[in-house]
Amino acid sequence: MPIAYIPRTRERYRDYPAYRWVVNHDAPWTPLTKPIRQCRVALISSGGFYAKGQPSFVDNDPSYRLVPMQTRREDLLIYHHGYRDNDADHDPNCVFPMERLLEMAAAGEIGSPAEAAVSFLMSYSPNRDIERAGRIAQELRRMQVDAALCVPV
Amino acid sequence: MGLTAREIEKAGIPTLCMSSAWDITFSVRPPRAAFINFPLNHQTGKVNDPELQRRILHDAFQAFERLWAAGQMISLPYVWDPNDSTWEATDFGPDFEPFGVGKSAQDDFAERTLGRSKA
Repeated sequence: MPIAYIPRTRERYRDYPAYRWVVNHDAPWTPLTKPIRQCRVALISSGGFYAKGQPSFVDNDPSYRLVPMQTRREDLLIYHHGYRDNDADHDPNCVFPMERLLEMAAAGEIGSPAEAAVSFLMSYSPNRDIERAGRIAQELRRMQVDAALCVPV
Repeated sequence: MGLTAREIEKAGIPTLCMSSAWDITFSVRPPRAAFINFPLNHQTGKVNDPELQRRILHDAFQAFERLWAAGQMISLPYVWDPNDSTWEATDFGPDFEPFGVGKSAQDDFAERTLGRSKA
């Protein structure tokens, strides 16, 4: 049975100002115009992943990192402190499936991987997340991405 | 992530969100979502189980092609542990300590197991 995370979060952080979850009754829509096996697919992650040599994140960071898809597992770092990350530490693919996407591209299941995955940290400000998302969309257009797989943490 | 996906979708690039928090995803309502009832931070599978990770991604991409209306969320048929669902009672509950929460501001906060994560 799915866990009710909104009340659990409220309970956990009851000493802090209540986070106001956005409530939407509809959603935007862009049709997928070709099969996934012909699409250039980008991985988008809110897990705070970055590659060795790139700057780390800070709390409430409004920036994002472009993590080259060829980054080796041992060169991948994580900045996050809001979730249990031991498993992602041992195998990032459980939430940042870069290696699996490369395999699926080689097997023809997806057209090709975008040159880089995009990673960031969710902030506590919906407006800041929305502003950053516009900049991420520009990067995706530049990389000629046809479909974005978004994996939260 | 739902908010980010909505903006990317508005900019003309179709998105699908993985989700393990049904109520949050339902509330924020990204354009397409695939729900998997796993503990947070395992939205594309279990650690060191590439076969399961591939199956989940395969299903997610099928959902990407098949979901036909804005805001739909499909549930993927995976069970974390068929013999034990106690994690559902404790995950993110009052006594659950995600590693690092509340500690990241401390000077002695150490790098983690493999040195991959840092807070």
